[in-house]
Amino acid sequence: MKMKLSSKIYTGIIFAFLFAPILILLIFSFNESKSLSVFSGFSFKWYRELLKDRNTLETVRNTLVLAASATAISTVMGTAAALGIDRLRSRWYRAAMNTVTDIPMTNPDIITGISLMLMFVFVGRLFGASTSLSFWTMLISHVTFCLPYVIMQVLPKLQQMDKALPEAAMDLGCTPMQAFFKVELPEMLPGIITGAIMAFTLSLDDFVISYFTSGNGFETLPIRIYSMTKKTVTPKMYALATIIFFVTMSLLLISNLVDNDDSRKLRDRKRKKRND
Amino acid sequence: MNRSVKKGKLTTYRAALMPYSIWALLFVLIPLLFVAYYAFTDNSFQFTMENFNRFFTATSNLKNDDGTVREVHTYLLIFMRSLKLAVISTIICLLMGYPIAYIIAHAGPKAQKTMITLIMIPMWMNFLIRTYAWMTILQDTGILNNLLGLLGIKPLHIIGTETAVVIGMVYDYFPYMVLPIYSIMAKMDDKLIEAARDLGCGSLSVLRRVIFPLSLPGVISGVTMVLIPSISTFYISQKLGNGKFFLIGDAIEGQYVANNLHFAAAIAFILMGILLVCMAVLKYVTTRHVYGGE
Amino acid sequence: MKKIIELKNISKSFDGEKILDNISLYINDNEFITLLGPSGCGKTTTLRMIGGFTQPDEGDVIFMGERINDTPPHKRNINTVFQKYALFPHLNVFENVAFPLRQRRVPKNEINEKVNQMLSLVMLSGFGNRSVTSLSGGQQQRVAIARALISHPKVLLLDEPLGALDLKLRKDMQQELKKIQKSTGITFVFVTHDQEEALSMSDTIVVMNEGKIQQIGTPTDIYNEPKNAFVADFIGESNIVDGVMLEDYKVRFAGHTFECLDTGFGKNEPVDVVIRPEDVDIVPAQEAMLNGLVTSVTFMGVHNEIIVDIAGFKWMIQTTDSVDEGAHIGLSLDPDAIHIMKKSKYSGMFGDYSSFSNELEELSNPGGEEEE
Repeated sequence: MKMKLSSKIYTGIIFAFLFAPILILLIFSFNESKSLSVFSGFSFKWYRELLKDRNTLETVRNTLVLAASATAISTVMGTAAALGIDRLRSRWYRAAMNTVTDIPMTNPDIITGISLMLMFVFVGRLFGASTSLSFWTMLISHVTFCLPYVIMQVLPKLQQMDKALPEAAMDLGCTPMQAFFKVELPEMLPGIITGAIMAFTLSLDDFVISYFTSGNGFETLPIRIYSMTKKTVTPKMYALATIIFFVTMSLLLISNLVDNDDSRKLRDRKRKKRND
Repeated sequence: MNRSVKKGKLTTYRAALMPYSIWALLFVLIPLLFVAYYAFTDNSFQFTMENFNRFFTATSNLKNDDGTVREVHTYLLIFMRSLKLAVISTIICLLMGYPIAYIIAHAGPKAQKTMITLIMIPMWMNFLIRTYAWMTILQDTGILNNLLGLLGIKPLHIIGTETAVVIGMVYDYFPYMVLPIYSIMAKMDDKLIEAARDLGCGSLSVLRRVIFPLSLPGVISGVTMVLIPSISTFYISQKLGNGKFFLIGDAIEGQYVANNLHFAAAIAFILMGILLVCMAVLKYVTTRHVYGGE
Repeated sequence: MKKIIELKNISKSFDGEKILDNISLYINDNEFITLLGPSGCGKTTTLRMIGGFTQPDEGDVIFMGERINDTPPHKRNINTVFQKYALFPHLNVFENVAFPLRQRRVPKNEINEKVNQMLSLVMLSGFGNRSVTSLSGGQQQRVAIARALISHPKVLLLDEPLGALDLKLRKDMQQELKKIQKSTGITFVFVTHDQEEALSMSDTIVVMNEGKIQQIGTPTDIYNEPKNAFVADFIGESNIVDGVMLEDYKVRFAGHTFECLDTGFGKNEPVDVVIRPEDVDIVPAQEAMLNGLVTSVTFMGVHNEIIVDIAGFKWMIQTTDSVDEGAHIGLSLDPDAIHIMKKSKYSGMFGDYSSFSNELEELSNPGGEEEE
């Protein structure tokens, strides 16, 4: 279908609006001077500065460690949960699980953050700790908000799967365990990978929930950025943003490749329609 | 014996669900109860309504533009302002997003994929940085005014106004509006549109009588996904509003920083209540429109 | 003939509902046996029990002389062709067929050889690298058969495997399945609700209804000697009339006494009389045993299907003669056209064509197998 001229212009305006700030950010990360409005010359100065900033690099490491752990835990637990939910017979239990899974996704981040923080503080006090907020409370919080996204990705794959598949595998000589690993798991895998990538990027990107549940000197990058933007900002932060942007972009590309698997299936289905 | 085999299998799946069930109970449900618990207690965990009392009665002086001072209900004002700005942002997102979703859904398959990826890309930039970038654009001596200056237009004062806050909200949450509407529209059968035309609908009435009602579930989820974060945001207002326009999120954050956890919990509790009402209203509207009402 | 599978007094309930009620049957080696019945009759449950996916509440499943109630599916030398084929979407055609061999760690070159051989048996040579989701229904069907046959099971279970195919393809596949069964010598247990399919393919048919076996026999037995009104009605068309067995070889119904070939009933015992529509002859009035009024005539191509009102009871008759609606005609029955059945709980429920209409038949059978 050909787009009308008016549609083209409108689309152009929308994308200009969406990409202007990002473009400006990319450009000014290479600015020679400190100005964020006048471009005075190209340089890698701010990238070099960034590499010298021990504190920021430390928070990058923290962020990655946290995201990786949260992803691992939420992916395993979420996949297992999806398997369980898919097989639930009791309508009541199923409705309860769906509601509980919806809560972290529909609740504003600030509520999720505050609620977890209140509980951590309360429990910490019970044990007489002056502060209970730490890496661990952040990890718990990140796992909590990542879980629904993993389940949301894995569950449809299970629901689409022909329930006779594991039976067919057993029929053809697999033990139930083997049937799971050879047939069910490969069917779920695209969902698991997409879920894991979503969990990872959400965790990397999260600021609000981290803000309320971090403490004890453990700082992630978004929190660092937050405190940096409280004072005047140098293009150093833009350099950092540019790097993060390209890292997340490449993750997006990977997940697109995984998704291509799905679009291949879609193509096959279309071809099949023609065959029939 | 035979039954135990079958039961054994089911129990495995039950067991697989167990960790998540416990996790959700401990870290989703119980924390929400803690919000209520803190909201209704004072610092020594005695029951009190004081937090709510304070929310509804606390006053402060607000300087008008002409220099006069008036007394306002601090938190009610903040609440209404949050609601107002969030609703405005949501409406703008919808008005901007609906046409683009329609355009994308009716483009070729390859173009669809590319454009949807382009819509999502800004989401992959940290929202603090996105917001900060807008601050540098909108500043009085920022890029926008530089550009306008080149064109010989007088500089605009945007930063520190409600307009700036709305721009930030629209920018940050725009993709959340487009994606759900697009995904509904992409699934829509083109034959329906042809059928409507066949039955005598002009372009506009096809839109009004067929496309829009069918896309309503997408609109509702888009509206929810924009309204909720914009009503509760606390960074955008600080940066783009120059801290002059406190929103409900800023109030919660401020009380958290000041270690007034009980009052922070009370505000959060009220926010939750308002959102529940909003959701219920939205749900009511959807069921009426989509299923013709009962 | 050797018994390969025996089901002894099997009962099974799901959620308090009795699905199988004391079923006993045996299956001979190398035979093509069909479980036939309407949906919900328990045929699929019986099949799943043989496959090992369901365990009986009571009774025994015997396979080659051994009780296998508790043997899991993967340890049974029985394979299944599933209803919607259950091909593994993440594997291509070759790997789907090779699946059972890889499971048993068969050497690579042997796998290649066997899979290719099997693919050519089901006429899919050269399809090995195709994704299974890209195949048509008939092709998927053949992959499923190849996959189930490749490890040479003693028994192949087929759960309505042709249900998803269109009419023409289904007829071809019926022939092909029969051919494969003959050439491999594997016992086929076939489940269907389509009586024509059952009649044309099977060595033995097991007619089931409401969790009980109604009749076991060869297709001709089942068709010619139905045991009760349910079987008579389910297999083909039949007029089922109330009658009285006066004595051996003499039955009275529709106001006339007929000679028949049946014996062994009590004197004056009430019975159900089955007359197949094609066994009624139209004769001149003076030679007629029965007289009736033609109330409808439907042209069916090879024959006409006419409904005749005989003393208030409507009969269906298939004839190649041309008859006009409203005509009075005479009818005659040969002794071998009459089949006598004992009264059963199905008596009076079937075999009356008074509400018969072709449109109604179609309406009451939405999505039925004759459409498409």
